Amino acid sequence: MAYSNKVLDHYNHPRNVGSLDKNDAQVGTGMVGAPECGDVMKLQIKVNPETGIIDDAKFKTFGCGSAIASSSLATEWLKGKTVDEALAIKNTDIVNELALPPVKIHCSVLAEDAIKAAINDYKVKQGGAPVLQAH
Amino acid sequence: MTLAGNMKPIYFDNHATTQLDPRVLQAMLPYFTEHFGNAASRNHAYGWEAEEAVEKSRRQIASLIGANAKEIVFTSGATESNNLAIKGVAEMYAEKGNHIITAATEHKAVLDTCKHLEKKGCRVTYLPVMGDGRIDLDMLRGAITDQTILISIMYANNEIGVVQPVAEIGKIAKERGVLFHTDAVQAVGKIPVNVIADQVDLLSVTAHKMYGPKGVGALYVRRKSPRVQLTAQMDGGGHERGMRSGTLNVPGLVGLGEACAIAQAEMPEESQRLRGMRDRLRARLEAALDEVFINGSMEHRLPHNLNMSFAYVEGESLLMGIDDIAVSSGSACTSATLEPSYVLKALGLGDDMAHTSIRFGLGRFNTEAEIDYVADKMIAVVTKLRELSPLYEMVKEGIDLSKVQWTAH
Repeated sequence: MAYSNKVLDHYNHPRNVGSLDKNDAQVGTGMVGAPECGDVMKLQIKVNPETGIIDDAKFKTFGCGSAIASSSLATEWLKGKTVDEALAIKNTDIVNELALPPVKIHCSVLAEDAIKAAINDYKVKQGGAPVLQAH
Repeated sequence: MTLAGNMKPIYFDNHATTQLDPRVLQAMLPYFTEHFGNAASRNHAYGWEAEEAVEKSRRQIASLIGANAKEIVFTSGATESNNLAIKGVAEMYAEKGNHIITAATEHKAVLDTCKHLEKKGCRVTYLPVMGDGRIDLDMLRGAITDQTILISIMYANNEIGVVQPVAEIGKIAKERGVLFHTDAVQAVGKIPVNVIADQVDLLSVTAHKMYGPKGVGALYVRRKSPRVQLTAQMDGGGHERGMRSGTLNVPGLVGLGEACAIAQAEMPEESQRLRGMRDRLRARLEAALDEVFINGSMEHRLPHNLNMSFAYVEGESLLMGIDDIAVSSGSACTSATLEPSYVLKALGLGDDMAHTSIRFGLGRFNTEAEIDYVADKMIAVVTKLRELSPLYEMVKEGIDLSKVQWTAH
């Protein structure tokens, strides 16, 4: 499989690898996928209570290079956005940015799901209504 | 050691194919040019020298497997040999019975041939394997009926290198009057194979798995006790005692013969050397990494095979990190079918562990320095990917992954 330079860059230098305290009220955690399917993504956001802006984002991914790159890219995009802006990130944006081939589109879908799941977790923690899952 | 100045990956995929031995190439070359005759031309010197060359090849193959040269039928490779053996027996012995026994971990060239025959009215039993990759001999005995005409069990597996109890299978087959075919492409030239001692009736070999050229192979067909007959699968000039028509690939067969002769001469030393290198690779990986698992029996295994699962690291991302090493993975992402390895699943591995497996296939041209390079690289990449793995993190926190509610996708 030929990978785009952007996928290779994220694979070789993944951004924002790590974990945030999942018990922190300001942290939202999303975990999507399953080991049997060969992809599990954990994506976390930390929202600044003053500004409502995502100050920090971390990920860990078990999956192919495209899955790692999709989640790494997602954390880059999440930082500095409000929760509502983050909800606007679409899997097709990730596909375009990373030049993912058709067989790897599911990696971008998983990343979008992980973003939604993390925001959902954050909103529920804050006593809000859960956001709708795209998939 | 680094790969600086060496642009090609280190080749550890010798179960897929092997590099042509330069000595084999040298033996073949004259048969492309000055000795270009058709081995079937009986009335001139061009034909005679071609015939002499292929008869020498026949003797070299026969010598390596303990057969008589007259029992060697040349083919285009093991896929054709397997097709000819299984379909040839099924058609020839159709009046005797219609039941074939094989195993779940066979190569597709055997499994798909059997599936084809099922559509034509044959009944096929696919024996499961035990956790170590070997078949259960009692289960084999129990599967034989008065309709059974053929047992087809591979000598050694192409993914996990596990060697089946071939001599015991041969004994059972003989006792019950059933023909025994073995796909021996991974074993011949690597470990001692003897059609008399193993009581094999049909045996498939191919040149390119033992440092010979691609596109040429052979089928051993027993001539005495019993005399095995086959229905030809290709109609034509009646070459190869009528079992396989088609002008012989003389340079290819010279290469196959030479590859057999070299393998026979060098096997004791070579298998010991490769076993030492394989064991060193395994020891280094196991010393540096936790949660690594060997797939298949270590005791009954080809000396040059290692198949390991690196838990919590996905196979394709692992391959991406070791792109200067040519290996295979049981991961779905690397297969044409997008299904994880059916061989590993037959051993009882879950899809998750099959996804994380790597097959190392060592060969004649690998060096100790390459073993150390591969070990270092594997350790570095697995360690890095585990830092990225949410699964590894959860396991380290004491979470039982089997109890986690995963989101289906």
